[in-house]
Order: sequence, then C-alpha cells, then structure tokens
Amino acid sequence: MIALHNIGELMKKNIRIASGQGFWGDLIDAPYMQVTSGDIDYLVMDYLAEVTMSILQKQKNKNPSLGYAKDLPPLIGRILPHCVEKNIKVITNGGGVNPFSCAAEIKKIASGLGFGNIKVAVVSGDNILENIDEILDKGCLLNNMDTGEPVESIKDQLLSANVYFGAFPVVEALRAGADIVITGRMTDTGLTLAPMIYEFGWDKTDFDKMASGIIAGHILECGAQASGGNFLGDWKSVDNFANIGFPIAEAYPNGEFIITKHDKLGGLVNFQTVAEQLVYEIGNPKEYITPDCIADFTSIKLEDLGNNRVKVFGIKGLPATPFFKVSCSYENGYSANGSLTYSWPEALTKAKAADQILRDRLDNLNLKFDEIQTEYIGYNACHGPLSAEIDEDLINEITLRFAVRAADYKTVERFGKELAPLILTGPPSVTGFAGGRPHPHSVVAYWPALIPKELVQPQVTILEIER
Amino acid sequence: MKIRLIDIAHGRSGDKGDAANVGIIAYDDIGFEIIRKHLTTERVKEHFHGICLGPVERYEMPNIRAINFLLHNTLGGGGTVSLKFDAQGKTLAAALLRMELEV
Repeated sequence: MIALHNIGELMKKNIRIASGQGFWGDLIDAPYMQVTSGDIDYLVMDYLAEVTMSILQKQKNKNPSLGYAKDLPPLIGRILPHCVEKNIKVITNGGGVNPFSCAAEIKKIASGLGFGNIKVAVVSGDNILENIDEILDKGCLLNNMDTGEPVESIKDQLLSANVYFGAFPVVEALRAGADIVITGRMTDTGLTLAPMIYEFGWDKTDFDKMASGIIAGHILECGAQASGGNFLGDWKSVDNFANIGFPIAEAYPNGEFIITKHDKLGGLVNFQTVAEQLVYEIGNPKEYITPDCIADFTSIKLEDLGNNRVKVFGIKGLPATPFFKVSCSYENGYSANGSLTYSWPEALTKAKAADQILRDRLDNLNLKFDEIQTEYIGYNACHGPLSAEIDEDLINEITLRFAVRAADYKTVERFGKELAPLILTGPPSVTGFAGGRPHPHSVVAYWPALIPKELVQPQVTILEIER
Repeated sequence: MKIRLIDIAHGRSGDKGDAANVGIIAYDDIGFEIIRKHLTTERVKEHFHGICLGPVERYEMPNIRAINFLLHNTLGGGGTVSLKFDAQGKTLAAALLRMELEV
C-alpha cells in the first residue's frame, strides 16, 4: 500500500532513463543488463531507422499480424519480472507499422508470466499510407523536402508513409498509467523527453526544458555510441567493450541532466564520448528541429564530473514548427553486390583486371545499369581518393567489391551470374565466393516531407486487462 | 610546422540522406583555434574532392570545441540507394582527420 504523501514527496528529485537499443539489431542483452545492473526508472528503446519502416511494412503486407520488431515481445518477457519488481517503465517505438499486434503479443506474454495486470499502451496514428489521398485532397502535397517534387510522382510505388510524432502522445499514455508504451513512428528523442515531462510536470511551452529532454534523447538514441562505442578519440581507453554499458540520463526537474552508465558494466562516459554523439547526424546545430521544440546545440554546456559522469546543462530551445516530418519510402529499382578476394602477389592489379573483365562481359551482354560501383576493400573502399597509395608487394590480399543498380530485375539478376565464373575464367589466386550468387534486392528510396500538424492526430490506447 | 589533424581532434560522421555529416572536435582550446582557422569550407571541400560532389556547409560549435560539416551529394544517393561500401559515411570523420595542417 502506498501511504499518503504530500506532493513534494511524490515529485521525484531525479529520474534515471536508460537507453536499451540504438537500432533494431543492437546488442540483444543490453536492455536486460540495463534493468538488472543498477537502478533505473525508465528503459527507452529505439528500433526504427528509416530503412526499418519499409522492411516492417513489407512483412506486414505478407502477414497482417506482423510489421513490428519481432524480438521485442520476447525481450519484454525476459525483462518484465525485473521491471515489475523495480517499477521500471518501458517506452519503445518497436511497434513499427503494427503497434497493436506488437502490444497484443506483449500482453499475451505478460499474462503467461502472471503479469496480466500490466498496462500496455499503444501510440498510433502515425501511419498515413492508407490516408494519402485524403491528405492530398486537403491540399498537402507532401512535396519532397530536398527536391520539391510532389509525392504524386511516386505514389504508386509507395511502401510506407509515417509521421514522426513527438513526446506528448507518450506523456498521455504515462498519465493514463501505462507501464509499457509501444509506439509506431515517433522521434527517437521523444522517447526520452516524454518521461521527463510526465515526472516533472514540465509545461510544453517551456522550450528550454523541452530542448533539454530532446538533447538527452539525442545522446541516448544510438545506444552505446554515447558510452564508448564507436569512440574515435582514445578508443583503447574504453573499459571492457565486451560488456559495454549503455548510457543512462539522470534527469533533474530544472532540465539539467547527467549522462552516465551502470558502474558494474564496461564502457566510457566522458566529455569526448558525449561530444562525439552530440555531433552525430546533425545539420545546423542551432536548429535541431523536432515536433516538440527546436533545440540549440550551441547552447549545450558539458562538464565532465569524472567517474563516467558528464553533466549537461544550459540548454536553450525555441518553439516547434507547425509541421510534423513525414518519412515515406518507395520502391525504386534493384541492386546487388558481390565480392571476390585476390591474394598476393599483385593482389590489387589482379582485382583491377577482374573488374575490367567483368565490365567488358556486362557490356557484351548489352546490360544497362543505372550505376556500377567498384571498390577495393583493403585499399580504397572507405576513403576513396583520399586513400594512401600502397606498395603492392606488402599487400596480402584485396577484396574486389562490385555493385550494380538498375530499374530492371532481370538485368541485376544477370549480373549475379557473372561474378562466380571469374574464379575459373580470370586472374589467379582468387577465393571468397562461399556466399553464393549475389541476389537482386529491391532498392528502397526515401521521400522526406512535411505535413501540417492539424492534419494528423496521434491516438493513445490502453489495452484491456486480460483475464 | 606540419601537424596532422588527427593529433589535435577527434570526431564522428554519419548520414543525412545523400549528405554526410562530419563533426570534428578539438581536444583543447588551442586545437579549436587551429581547426577554426584551418578547417574552412573551401579546404574541406577540396579535401573531399571526388567524394563530396555537392556544396559543403560549415557550422561552429564553440561550446564543445567542434565544427560540424554537412557534405552534400556525397553518399551515392544515400540510404539503400547507395552502392557504396560505406553508404552511411561512417568512416568519413576519419577521412577528414587524415588532413595535414601547416600551423
């Protein structure tokens, strides 16, 4: 039983929000480690990259009960006993294009574990694929933000179309008592801002605080990239990569927060690891646009407190724009890539010769590609023309990577049949074809657009308790 | 005196559509003054000749001793359209750190 407290006692002094996934496919054990290795109040998990939405939509087209991160429900089953015991709430966008099916599966698993009274909330309404015509009729042309073209030009090829919601639908779910919030497309940053608004009662026009939560979200959204992963500074100083701790934001009601990690896990949180994540995938740092506010990354102050704790404060924000961002994906031809590895001596010369032979054969076949790309792994595949010249006698092997793209499936498929023959019909000392023929896969292109906020309405649903 | 950028700075890069973002962070204030002076839009565009096929945008973040660059038309179409091995520009921060500066 909860005894009566006054409001001051109920209002938490700080909350600890832990990142559990940086993308769909991230370390499977990370969320489990976050809930079992120390104290946290919230676990937030980002599953949705742009490419993920189209993959999930394809899965849903084949099977209407799919279209979410399939490993999410079993993961919830695994961490749920700990979350219940420690009162940890879970917020994730792993619902993809089918958050209701995802939530239903989670309810089923929870009930099986004896946690049938867990409140699971769904945030939906982001999926506008079925309403495109209606939206176009209202005069919103969903013009491509980069090219200005209207969406009409690719409407027939559309695979997915989702609005990025902000934190407030999640706040509504938390206010309704949700223990687990499953959303479709929403901003990665909103996952982290939402519990701060809910716990600290922040006003949505307090844009400095909105921006603080957004920036905490930006730091957490790529998982361990803020706590030592992919650290380009002194990466060798990162402790125990094998058991790397994902970042935690310890947030305070005044908007300040501390980025840290569980003591018993590995990793590194310092000024440099946090600064690297701050500059990751940003444009104009003064205008980091989200549905909740515009955050100013040049206002951020970092103070390294030592012991894997970095204080983040001084953050300024401005009012949000009247638009939501929309991310559409559409099918745009096919591509395939394959590789062969040539050994010393003259590995690069042999790989280059093989490249020319392959190009000549594709020419002889009269195949028309939109693009052909050759790269030499071990020489220039990462840094292209900036790559240092190499002394071929010192190079042990080079991998020829060959990629093609074309509008026509058969053209790309035919390329796939030309690679393996090079082993018996081209330069010597070649291997590495164990993976089989390169298969064409459909190319998914993106169509970023804006939509006036009043044209879409997020929905929050609490799933009924199962008996 | 010739110095290598990698000795005074670190950074991170990623994708924003067909543009790559490269954020370079100086290890200290002196380093920041050096990158502020030498890492001009023109110098970075020239460095990425043959890689960055569009304009370069440059933004200073003195609060964390950083400069963020947006390299347009760099990732072969971006996303899954790109045929590049490093389609997301993950290694481009390291590529910029190859630069040598005369200070």
